[in-house]
Amino acid sequence: MDHDCLQQGTAMNQRTLIKTSWILLFITPALLVVGVFILLPLFMTLFNSLFSWNQLIRNEFIGLENFRRLLTMYPYSERFLNALQNNGTWFISTMLIQNSLGLLLGYLLSRNIPGAQAFKRIFFIPVLFSIVAVGFLWGIYLKPTGLLNNFLDLIGLDNLKRAWLGAEQLATPSLIMVNIWRWVGFPTLVFLAAIDGVPQECLEAAYLEGVSEWKLFWKIIFPLIIPAITIITVLTVIGSLNVFEQVYTMTGLDGAPNYSTDTIGTLFYRTAFGSVDAGSPEIGIGSAIGLIIYLLTFAISLVSIFFTKRKEVQL
Amino acid sequence: MITDFRYRGASLAKKLFITLMIAIMLIYVVLIIYPLFNMVISSFKTNRAILSKPFALPDSLDFKNFKTVWIDKGFSRYFLNSIFVTGVAMAFVILFGSMAAYGIARYTYKANTLVYMVFLSGIMLPLKAAIIPLFLLIKKMGLINSQLSIIMIFMAMGIPSTVFILSGFMKSIPIELEYAARIDGCNDFSIYRRIVMPMVAPAIALVTIYNSVPIWNDFFFPLIFLQSNAIKTLPVGLSTFFGQHSTNWSLLFTGLTIAILPMLILYLFMSKYFIKGMTAGAVK
Repeated sequence: MDHDCLQQGTAMNQRTLIKTSWILLFITPALLVVGVFILLPLFMTLFNSLFSWNQLIRNEFIGLENFRRLLTMYPYSERFLNALQNNGTWFISTMLIQNSLGLLLGYLLSRNIPGAQAFKRIFFIPVLFSIVAVGFLWGIYLKPTGLLNNFLDLIGLDNLKRAWLGAEQLATPSLIMVNIWRWVGFPTLVFLAAIDGVPQECLEAAYLEGVSEWKLFWKIIFPLIIPAITIITVLTVIGSLNVFEQVYTMTGLDGAPNYSTDTIGTLFYRTAFGSVDAGSPEIGIGSAIGLIIYLLTFAISLVSIFFTKRKEVQL
Repeated sequence: MITDFRYRGASLAKKLFITLMIAIMLIYVVLIIYPLFNMVISSFKTNRAILSKPFALPDSLDFKNFKTVWIDKGFSRYFLNSIFVTGVAMAFVILFGSMAAYGIARYTYKANTLVYMVFLSGIMLPLKAAIIPLFLLIKKMGLINSQLSIIMIFMAMGIPSTVFILSGFMKSIPIELEYAARIDGCNDFSIYRRIVMPMVAPAIALVTIYNSVPIWNDFFFPLIFLQSNAIKTLPVGLSTFFGQHSTNWSLLFTGLTIAILPMLILYLFMSKYFIKGMTAGAVK
């Protein structure tokens, strides 16, 4: 009896061992890649930001000195706040213009407006293109002698002609519009899928009851697609904090004119690989910026999730 | 369906509303298509014609520019490099990603949730913010100016979402199938390989599109790690080309057309899959 139990015990142990090794075999390669290239760099960013650096050589531990310099010392503080403000503009305009337009278009498509199938396919086209190609293309079109100004000439609105990327007031809005041009199809189709997921009986019942279009949308559909709105909001946060290619291709790494299109992404790049005002790479301050990008992404995503979770309804 | 926006039987106000909405959508369609059309026709024009008659059709269909850009300016090379890098990275993303998804979805153990959270955090963390330690790491590995550097980073970019999406699908496969296979003498790997993988094939197609489009289009990492022209991918090659020929619009439009057109043609044939694949992460 005792012997039996013992044998059963070792058999169990052996089976657990085999199971564990199978699990390890399956998850280790992916875990290694994610650990080395995503998690390790996250901790290294934190670590590096606490040291002073001479080019690529790590010097001494200086605590939060890099953060203090970034936030209070010229030119870092001025550039950083300016960039942060531009990222804020990106986020707010994208939410207001792109995502509302996406919601409207997604809603119209879900109601099978005539031509819906064709519209759906066409709206998604620019989403597939690289930001670099789109940026360069519009960079040419928005030049003073480019297509947009030529078009304004053609329809007799030549007093609206502008240096779209050359004027400080207009440059960031122009970049944002180009980005919206490329990206509207994405929230459109996410919202379309979310609305299609609302039970048809609900809509039909409300419709037959004679509920107005306005109420049908705001009282029935909108509360039920809050999860999709959360996802789009979080993606917009991540996207807005990571703006880089758009600026690089259309107004250059320095965020011309006069830093008016500078973003955290371009400032981060210049700090890490060139310097803020021409010089050598500054790994310490660069790491501090990197860490702030992490924290901002994380914090704003959490807030968006929390904020929209509260309004979520279950059917 | 009765809730459809249709003209028939609609009130006058509703008819007007539908017409207005269709008008807005048509304007957006023109806004999408015309710039692309103008890009293609401009690539057949001379610089002078682009500036003086920007809306006119080209005088003739001369493919001279295409030959210059494709052969002399090295776009064929960039193109092959992009195919190679995306292909290799995606092969490993699918292999490692599906294995990890299997290891999470088909076993119950204590660290299960923890492992899942690690991959989930990989989706949330912006990889660009890690460029400094990544640069120092790649430098230490001696992989600066080698395609291996970006292949590994692209793997890290693709694996988290692949695990996330595939584990969801794998959880829904009935466990009885696994028991049956085990009785037939299958080990864990052949269950993964012969039972589970074929059953999630549609989801594999989904994650392939979901990850290969951003990898194909990625600019930031190749910009930093690939310096010699011979190994550059298409987006960085395009950027180099723009730096060298900034005033030759005719050539620039040709470069853009070559960079954009293949994706557009692929999309025309597979739009359904692209739409489903690209929105896979956001639509559950």
